[in-house]
Amino acid sequence: MSRGRCVRPAELVLAGELLLLDPAGVLFWPKRRMLVVADLHLEKGAAFARRGVLLPPHDTLATIERLELALDRLAPATVVSLGDGFHDREGPRRLPTGLAERLRRMTCVREWLWVRGNHDPEPPADLGGTGVAEVALGELVLRHEPEEVSNSIEIVGHLHPRAKLRLGRRTARLGCFVTDGRRLVLPAFGAFTGGLNVLDEAFGRILARDFRTYVLGQTTCRRVARDLLLHEPSLSRQPMETMGA
Amino acid sequence: MGGLLPPALQAWLDRQGWTLRSHQIGMIEAAVAGKDALLIAPTGGGKTLGGFLPSLMALTSRGAAPVPRLHTLYISPLKALTADVARNLIRPIEEAELPVTVETRTGDTPQNRRARQKRRPPDILLTTPESLALMLSWTDAAERFAHLDAVIVDELHALAETKRGQMLALCLARLRGLAPQARFSGLSATVADPPSLLRFLSPDPERAVVVHGEPGAEPEVTMLVPDAYVPWSGHLGLFAVDAIYRLIRTARTSLLFTNTRSSAEVLFAALWRANEDGLPIALHHGSLSVEQRKRVEAAMTSGRLRAVVCTSSLDLGIDWGDVDLVLQIGAPKGVARLVQRIGRANHRMDEPSRAVLVPANRFEFLECVAAQEAVREGDLDTGVTLLPGLDVLAQHVLGVACSGPFLPDQLYAEVTRAEPYRQLTRKDFDDVVQFCTDGGYALGGYERYRRLVPLPDGSLKLADPRIARQWRMNVGVIVEAPVLRVKLGRRTLGEVEEFFIRTLTPGDTFIFAGQVLEFLGIREHDVQTRVVKDAGKAEIPLYGGSKFPVSTYLAARVRRMLGEPESWHRFPDPVREWLHHQVRRSALPPDDGLLVETFSYRKRWFLVAYAFAGRNAHQTLGMLLTRRMQRGGLEPHGFVASDYAISIWSGHEATDLAALFDVDMLGDDLEAWMAESSMLRRTFRNVAVVAGLIERRHPGQEKTGRQVTFNADLIYDVLRKYEPGHVLLRATRNEAAAGLTDIRRLADMLVAVQGRIMHKRLPRVSPLAVPVMLQIGRERVGEADIDMLLDRHAEELIDEAMAPEEEVELQGDADVA
Repeated sequence: MSRGRCVRPAELVLAGELLLLDPAGVLFWPKRRMLVVADLHLEKGAAFARRGVLLPPHDTLATIERLELALDRLAPATVVSLGDGFHDREGPRRLPTGLAERLRRMTCVREWLWVRGNHDPEPPADLGGTGVAEVALGELVLRHEPEEVSNSIEIVGHLHPRAKLRLGRRTARLGCFVTDGRRLVLPAFGAFTGGLNVLDEAFGRILARDFRTYVLGQTTCRRVARDLLLHEPSLSRQPMETMGA
Repeated sequence: MGGLLPPALQAWLDRQGWTLRSHQIGMIEAAVAGKDALLIAPTGGGKTLGGFLPSLMALTSRGAAPVPRLHTLYISPLKALTADVARNLIRPIEEAELPVTVETRTGDTPQNRRARQKRRPPDILLTTPESLALMLSWTDAAERFAHLDAVIVDELHALAETKRGQMLALCLARLRGLAPQARFSGLSATVADPPSLLRFLSPDPERAVVVHGEPGAEPEVTMLVPDAYVPWSGHLGLFAVDAIYRLIRTARTSLLFTNTRSSAEVLFAALWRANEDGLPIALHHGSLSVEQRKRVEAAMTSGRLRAVVCTSSLDLGIDWGDVDLVLQIGAPKGVARLVQRIGRANHRMDEPSRAVLVPANRFEFLECVAAQEAVREGDLDTGVTLLPGLDVLAQHVLGVACSGPFLPDQLYAEVTRAEPYRQLTRKDFDDVVQFCTDGGYALGGYERYRRLVPLPDGSLKLADPRIARQWRMNVGVIVEAPVLRVKLGRRTLGEVEEFFIRTLTPGDTFIFAGQVLEFLGIREHDVQTRVVKDAGKAEIPLYGGSKFPVSTYLAARVRRMLGEPESWHRFPDPVREWLHHQVRRSALPPDDGLLVETFSYRKRWFLVAYAFAGRNAHQTLGMLLTRRMQRGGLEPHGFVASDYAISIWSGHEATDLAALFDVDMLGDDLEAWMAESSMLRRTFRNVAVVAGLIERRHPGQEKTGRQVTFNADLIYDVLRKYEPGHVLLRATRNEAAAGLTDIRRLADMLVAVQGRIMHKRLPRVSPLAVPVMLQIGRERVGEADIDMLLDRHAEELIDEAMAPEEEVELQGDADVA
């Protein structure tokens, strides 16, 4: 994303609006200068440490740094955190002072909306921004989890889509956007967020059969043909979420 | 030595018509002198009995113990071996009516028996390194082992140079601390360097002796070259199947060793096609289900099989008296390994073992000749030295904490008495302890979540007993690649690696457990299959992990042989002509330099370097050379590596070879490549599991939601960026340097050839280059960054992307570059 290489997002038209699927793993809506980022899961490492799994505590820093880069590059007027901004309710309180300060600097200079997620039903206190259940903009609705029946066109997170690709003799697992034109699912942005294979039945339940997949490369985001997608066993599904609940 | 043994035992020996061999007496004498002893003897020499005799004597003269307590602990690398040894030990004990109890304890031991063993321990307990580590983590381990008299480690040579050996060494050091009076004995096959193995067993050479068994009859090692033809390339040896089959027919029972599970499957299938007499031929390898393997072992023991195709799964252990022929299919890779395999034939000292080597290609032929000569001269290769495994140490430290509070100073002293950790710095030790305590991260904040808490006296105590439960679930240093069970109806045939199955689509067929199976689909963690008759073009399961590279010693011998044309007369015509052509067309690889050939072929430039450093080191070399060639604008496209040579193809010819092979490639280029390499990611995953950062997968538990798994790649990326000096990254690097990347061997080679590069610019491919050139297209080629890969597959990727519906009209400001 940095390194001075040219960033090439994928373009997508949803409800007549041009949206850019950015290889950083965020959605950018040029007309509104709005950036949407899903599943930051800040303070996830520490949430595990509380349970005795001493994952490195640097995930929050890593996530915030990557988000800062995306904000600098795209200069949005509005940022929407599309739910699960923090991994758990105590996350905001655990946040080290320096990082809380960096987060506040991000939220105070622009409109910042914390969409409620299952991991963060309450917006973080003292970090700026406004908590909302969802954001409705014309035909589009931005919410964390897809609803079973939706009359609007939804932009959601929650599912952490990831694609496993066959690239010649190699395979690669990459975060991705998936959409069927009625729904768009964003990749999880947080440093410690695992992924759920897009061929998992969970996606089949919310997307039409012929959904499209846009994978995140280093500097490009691009659509991949369906026959390049590989299954993964349920074994690796949503690794972290077994800890949830 | 009459009168040495208790009368009952002596009488039993007399009834068998046996007399004690000199090394068995040597072991008794060492025990009487209170010394540790390493017994080095070939298979079939009564080695195991030699290890146990001192204990049997002591226990017999003691009479029945007033309070049951553990007297002798026997540790073997294989569960199956403990069962086998138990059988062999119980027979003389029962027949001579000795007052001695023997039991086994492994991962297979049922819970109620383990509980009973805890209450009422046997005199002699037979176990594995993993079970020993578990027992040492008990809170009452100190009392339990305090009265131990003897520790016997079997197949010590097979353990010493592995991560499991490191774990065992730490456990032995612990045992020594708990039971200072105990004597330690090791049983080993012949090794090149007995003193270093003795140090593994005993930290005090004054207190230890090496006991040598009588050498057995010299093995007869011959080579099978049907019709005096050796293929150019390949590793399977299928061209020789009919000849192999004829050999099997002449023998009572044959063991056919292959180098990989895949080649075992292929050879087995081919043998059955040739099996016109319907001989009972079986298959045995590590991916087959335990039941399947046990069936084969039982059939073997009872003499119902004529041949078993196997892998290193049968390198060690079970004593099969009836095996009278061993075949090694493909390169032997190392002399010690070959000798071990040959020893599987005929466990009778006085008859020579009969072994036949079947080289599958021309380089393998040379390797077989070299190995054959080395065996004849009794010359063995030395093993590799691992750096002290910090992940293994972390597991050990936490295990010690599970048994009770420990003082770091004391534990450091104890740990450095274990041979693999003799050089361990205090800093590394402290970092490991810190990792066990709170993760050891420079970024603070985890003080609240400690696993170890300090006590007033400075010792460290487990913060929560739940940690001990978790630790016990994860003990051990072997981390398996993710596997799926192969099901045929309700029967489990075994396991295949997940990555292989992912390449199949329903309807594809593959060979497994000696059958052609149709892949029906995956349910949970099971691969559903059915048997099909028509072999057609069935796939062969691939197994990840590293293949053994040829040993340095053997590679050097091959190289020397190439430099002695006067010795080629014993080679079959095709091999001799091949080498003579090489002399005419190019040159032979010099003994003290590096032959590099460049030539063009089908509009590409090739560079072939005969580095003789083994496959792993060559892979690393390939990565580094292609990086460098990329920078130099030579447009490298890929490379393949064999044990002997590497071939790189590129858009332009490499000319400045001295610069290309400069030893400074081991600096920044190596660092940069290693950091990105997927091999290091895999290594990190294993290290993180062994060290207890993340839990290993317990198949079947995912569904219950009790299993917490975490994507190790995410942790690796974060650590590399924010804490490159973290102890687990150091552990990862150390492990990769010694193993998969073989950096030390690469460095030795590069240093040795500086200023001695012999560059041959050729009009066409040389004879010696043909084998490695034939590998191209059959093996996967180096790594590239993900965007390059996506680009390369652009045509597939773009697919519908160019379809009209994607041609959107820009509605806003899309300039985000």
